[in-house]
Amino acid sequence: MRVNGAERSGDVEPRVLLVDFLRTNLALTGTHVGCDTTSCGACTVLLDGEPVKSCTLLAVQVDGREIKTVEGLANGAALAPIQVGFHEEHGLQCGFCTPGMMLVASALLERNPNPTDDEIRWAISGNICRCTGYMNIVKAVQYAAKMHSEAAKAPAAAAVAGGGE
Amino acid sequence: MFPAAFDYQSPATLDEALGLLAERGDDAKVMAGGQSLIPLLKLRFAQPQLIVDIGRIPGMTEIKRDDGHVKIGALARHVDIERSKELAKLLPVMVEAVRWISDPLVRNRGTLVGSVCHADPSGDWGSIMLALDAELVARSAKGERVIPIDGFFEGPFTTTLRSDEIATEIRIPLPTGRAGGSYHKLERRVGDFATVAVSLQIELDGNKVKKAGIGLTSVGATNIKAKKAEQALVGHELKDDVIAESAKLAAEAAEPKDDIRGTAAYKKDVVRVFVQRGLKAALGRAQEVKA
Amino acid sequence: MSSTMHMHGGIGESIKRKEDARFLRGKGNYLDDFVLPNMLHMAILRSPHAHARIKSIDTKAASAQPGVIAVVTGELMAQHKLAWMPTLSGDTQAVLATDKVRFQGQEVAAVIAETKYQAEDARDAIEVEYEILAPVTSPDGAKAPGASLIRDDKEGQKDNHIYHWESGDQVTTQAAFAKAHKVVRLHTFYPRCHPSPLETCGCIADVNGVTGKATIYMTSQAPHAIRTVFALVTGLPEQQIRIISPDIGGGFGNKVPVYPGYVVATAASLLIGRPVKWVEDRTENLISTGFARDYHMTGDLAVDENGKMTALRVHLDSDNGAFFADAQPSKFKAGLFHIVTGSYDIPTAHVTADGYYTNKAPGGVAFRCSFRVTEASYLIERLVTNAALELGIDQAEFRKKNFIQPEQFPYTSATGWIYDSGDYPKAMDVALDQLGYAELKKDVEARRKKGEVTGIGIASFTEVVGAGHGAEFDILGLRMFDSAELRVHPTGKALLRMGVKSQGQGHETTFAQIVAEELGIPAQDVLVEEGDTDTAPYGLGTYASRSTPVAGAATAMVSRQLREKARKLAAHLLEADEEDLVWERGKFYVKGSPERSKTIQEAAFAAYTNLPEGMQAGLEGVHYYDPPNMTYPFGTYAVVVDIDKGTGQVKVKRMVAVDDCGVRINPMIVEGQIQGGLTEGFGIAFMELITFDADGNCIGSNFMDYLLPTAWETPKFEIGQTVTPSPHHPLGAKGVGESATVGSPAAFVNAVIDALSPYGITNIDMPVTSDKVWAALRSKGVTE
Ligand SMILES: Cc1cc2nc3c(=O)[nH]c(=O)nc-3n(C[C@H](O)[C@H](O)[C@H](O)COP(=O)(O)OP(=O)(O)OC[C@H]3O[C@@H](n4cnc5c(N)ncnc54)[C@H](O)[C@@H]3O)c2cc1C
Ligand code: FES
Ligand code: FES
Repeated sequence: MRVNGAERSGDVEPRVLLVDFLRTNLALTGTHVGCDTTSCGACTVLLDGEPVKSCTLLAVQVDGREIKTVEGLANGAALAPIQVGFHEEHGLQCGFCTPGMMLVASALLERNPNPTDDEIRWAISGNICRCTGYMNIVKAVQYAAKMHSEAAKAPAAAAVAGGGE
Repeated sequence: MFPAAFDYQSPATLDEALGLLAERGDDAKVMAGGQSLIPLLKLRFAQPQLIVDIGRIPGMTEIKRDDGHVKIGALARHVDIERSKELAKLLPVMVEAVRWISDPLVRNRGTLVGSVCHADPSGDWGSIMLALDAELVARSAKGERVIPIDGFFEGPFTTTLRSDEIATEIRIPLPTGRAGGSYHKLERRVGDFATVAVSLQIELDGNKVKKAGIGLTSVGATNIKAKKAEQALVGHELKDDVIAESAKLAAEAAEPKDDIRGTAAYKKDVVRVFVQRGLKAALGRAQEVKA
Repeated sequence: MSSTMHMHGGIGESIKRKEDARFLRGKGNYLDDFVLPNMLHMAILRSPHAHARIKSIDTKAASAQPGVIAVVTGELMAQHKLAWMPTLSGDTQAVLATDKVRFQGQEVAAVIAETKYQAEDARDAIEVEYEILAPVTSPDGAKAPGASLIRDDKEGQKDNHIYHWESGDQVTTQAAFAKAHKVVRLHTFYPRCHPSPLETCGCIADVNGVTGKATIYMTSQAPHAIRTVFALVTGLPEQQIRIISPDIGGGFGNKVPVYPGYVVATAASLLIGRPVKWVEDRTENLISTGFARDYHMTGDLAVDENGKMTALRVHLDSDNGAFFADAQPSKFKAGLFHIVTGSYDIPTAHVTADGYYTNKAPGGVAFRCSFRVTEASYLIERLVTNAALELGIDQAEFRKKNFIQPEQFPYTSATGWIYDSGDYPKAMDVALDQLGYAELKKDVEARRKKGEVTGIGIASFTEVVGAGHGAEFDILGLRMFDSAELRVHPTGKALLRMGVKSQGQGHETTFAQIVAEELGIPAQDVLVEEGDTDTAPYGLGTYASRSTPVAGAATAMVSRQLREKARKLAAHLLEADEEDLVWERGKFYVKGSPERSKTIQEAAFAAYTNLPEGMQAGLEGVHYYDPPNMTYPFGTYAVVVDIDKGTGQVKVKRMVAVDDCGVRINPMIVEGQIQGGLTEGFGIAFMELITFDADGNCIGSNFMDYLLPTAWETPKFEIGQTVTPSPHHPLGAKGVGESATVGSPAAFVNAVIDALSPYGITNIDMPVTSDKVWAALRSKGVTE
């Protein structure tokens, strides 16, 4: 499978859950486990760009597919807009739900760059946060949406000013 | 919490899969989206020796219109239904209902056909399929059969599907003329299984009901088709007394149990309330359709 | 990375959190993220029965499974005198059951194996034979003649009664009731709920076979207290025990107690000589670790003809589970419940409490509240709304008429609390304004005429937080002070080490801000460390909203202590008289000539390079703060609900929350705490429930049944504030982590009861689920 852009492999029993493979075999511990019943979303990863619960997937099922985890959000030192949003709007407290929330939100923004607050709440309704009360998570996603839309405008402006790259 | 050990196969063709089931069907479990099966494996409620993952078999993800039916492939996920423009036009009740099935992440994996095969009496699709008079297409190494949904559910988590069979698609007859539906689900919290849910579909001939479907969720050992309540509508105009009578019959058809979600009396009454509300909503929608 | 890098970060600034950086990248260090070389994994076998005698345990098949290193039973633990351990309330609790199991989910045996998959496989192979006994599932059941004796292990224990406890004055209260114009009674049950942090509990025990040092990584809100308890339980010398509490994925009280799994893992590591990891799954967390509430309460409020409250009488039965393990100060058997007179000037009160053993999990932790304050606040606020409805007085008016008035502070309550400060009418006015109460009431009237079911609920809570002082408040005899150790390095950067432990409250930022304010070193330059008992000063930990009131005060005090030394250093550098120096955040200057100044960084450098004669080098200090009193945060919450007559569903339309927690150090973090607390209060009011069937089976044992609110149904809170500083806290702060969970459940339920009051419905116990509302309406003949 490709994980965060790099080809990764490992030999595991068929019963090994994707979340365990990521955490144990690949040492990507940003993906968490919060429940046994597919209820909390702490284990969220993107499978071919779509958020799924990695505690309810077998590692063998994603053979050959593309996985993105929280560790793959930032581009080196530069945080992704969704990460900046969570920081600026205090969208996290203990941080345990945060990787899942950010991944769901980034997938939402891919499909819907200008979501309403209710659309955000709906999109994260499979992810539990026990700390924040969600208000600031919604704001964090809106912050990222704004950053995206400003970034989309900015290159055009820069092109005019600087005559392109 | 982890599954007990099992063998795993992900055949590349349907025939290969059917071959595996012909040989080891009794010890095997088919896996589609895995959103019901993997939780059961983790709890060790299910301990099959072999998992046949049908996820890589091509040609089963489609949702398409075909001679008077909508056909939904075994690998069409909840989210595909949610986003289907075709279904939004042809059977809007499905698009309305799917939003209330589990949560957005589970909907990215779980399938309609898998949900029907799982036969959870608290599952939503079963009642919707009952209201819409769907048929399931099942294949085995021996051939294909078409199973009407009415009669498919035998009990909680049991159906008439054989262990060597794979359900390849579900077919839903297209409503003719002015039709409308609605889905009403009472849940304790978003993402929860229903306390009670009611699926309704009506087709009008003039002002009278030509055809009616009523499916009930979470109020019995299986999803229930409320046939007497349906019949009470056919041939009638949807006046208040007709609606009330049908709602009463639907509540009588329900066989709920007392549990943490509420008493049997409560659930029956919610069936009644939902059928009343649902019929009015369905009628409104049907009347909007240009004949 | 932060837009606030350049800010100083003093008190009152909403600087962004320092701890975010690692969490945003998925680089937090939670317990389960640690992998030690050679580490083994442990799985615990739990009782399927609520009450049963263990006839035999057969571990043979399990021991023979692949990867299994050991199977531990109670018998083995008993050989090492570790089959039982003390609880935080001075009772005993079984580590691994030897005689009986006393609740479903109780620890019976443990498997240690090479992988966690193997450990679980082998656990299934342990065979236990039980003889099932009749379970007791409520205080009433515990009292019933012929009830099973749960604690037959305890010498002299003849029944299931644990304690009787009283507070207030019975005689004057009785007299007041005799004269009352009206007595309003409410019988209500505050059900068992669970803190359910998103990260479950766990530990990695690593006992070094050569040195004997036990390093235990543990999800603990109170690492120091745990170390002491461990020393007492295991007999290991305390300096040989090191508890490391890494990043914690939420606690809310759940991570205060010592759990049997910690003890077993440590014993196993000691015996095997390899590190042993144990991480609960969610079901284990819900069925066996610290629950909260489970109080059956009856309150009577006496009111005179002018609508003034004259007396309060309360009796409660507490369901403590199989072991009395409440985490609370040892003097107070029902925690701080006797704050039950709340925000009201009630001349006399009498509280009685009885605790009972039942066949349910032990715990009684303070779930985001200060030791049973939540139950007290719920009772009085529900009672007050019911009284207002019964008397036909507006809920807000009735409260205002009976509030303790601002000029009455410090106020001594009928049960002996000394309230530090408050302005209750103001918080109420701000809330009602924000809500548009007068208009809303008209709207409610109009809509009720149309047959709609709608209502407004109010709660004006007073909390009591920040325990100690140490003479009154202790945990197992350990006085409830807290500590801060501050080291200023030669370059003027600082390291602050604390005895408390953050679980998401943002200590790394808030406490740095206190140093920034008091010592003038920018918050960015202050590294805050917590959780390692080998390096941090001793403290009692983070719960009961005590971090800011106690550890925050310790930080302010140690900062001030160092500032005084810095003043001497600055005087030396400036060749000026100490008394002539003026402190302005970050520097000292000579009175009258502000250009002659030295920064705190310059003073720090001098502490290592250029000292006055006779002064000790360095700029370091430690302070142990024992608060002179508790602090008393308060506020008014108001809720508007609509109810669906057909289904009984309640929709929260609005929720206004005005909090007064004194001075806010980081307002952004404070608001975050409030929003989180309100959400937990909302969950408790409407969906969270741990309950038991007649056989003692736990219902609510996973997240499909124990429902936590999602973003979808959580109300969009409207937050407001007033600021009444605490007069005795060095910063005027009161602590806020829990107010919202304490105050909000009553506001939600009051709104529901207000909506149902036209039909004569006076109570529905939490969680207020749609079926209960429907049943209440139906019982009055209301239907769609
Ligand atoms: C947290 C959570 C909440 C949920 N909430 C709801 C809800 O509110 N309402 C609801 O209806 N459902 C709910 N579900 C269930 C969800 O909709 C599942 O996706 C669905 O029930 C099963 O679909 P699947 O494709 O994942 O099936 P799988 O899990 O792969 O299979 C389920 C069962 O069906 C069999 N099966 C699957 N496909 C076939 C096939 N083509 N042929 C033969 N047998 C097959 C399998 O052998 C298995 O026994 C929830 C699930 C979760 C985890
Ligand atoms: S761990 Fe809770 S949903 Fe995956
Ligand atoms: S920040 Fe703690 S669970 Fe969301």
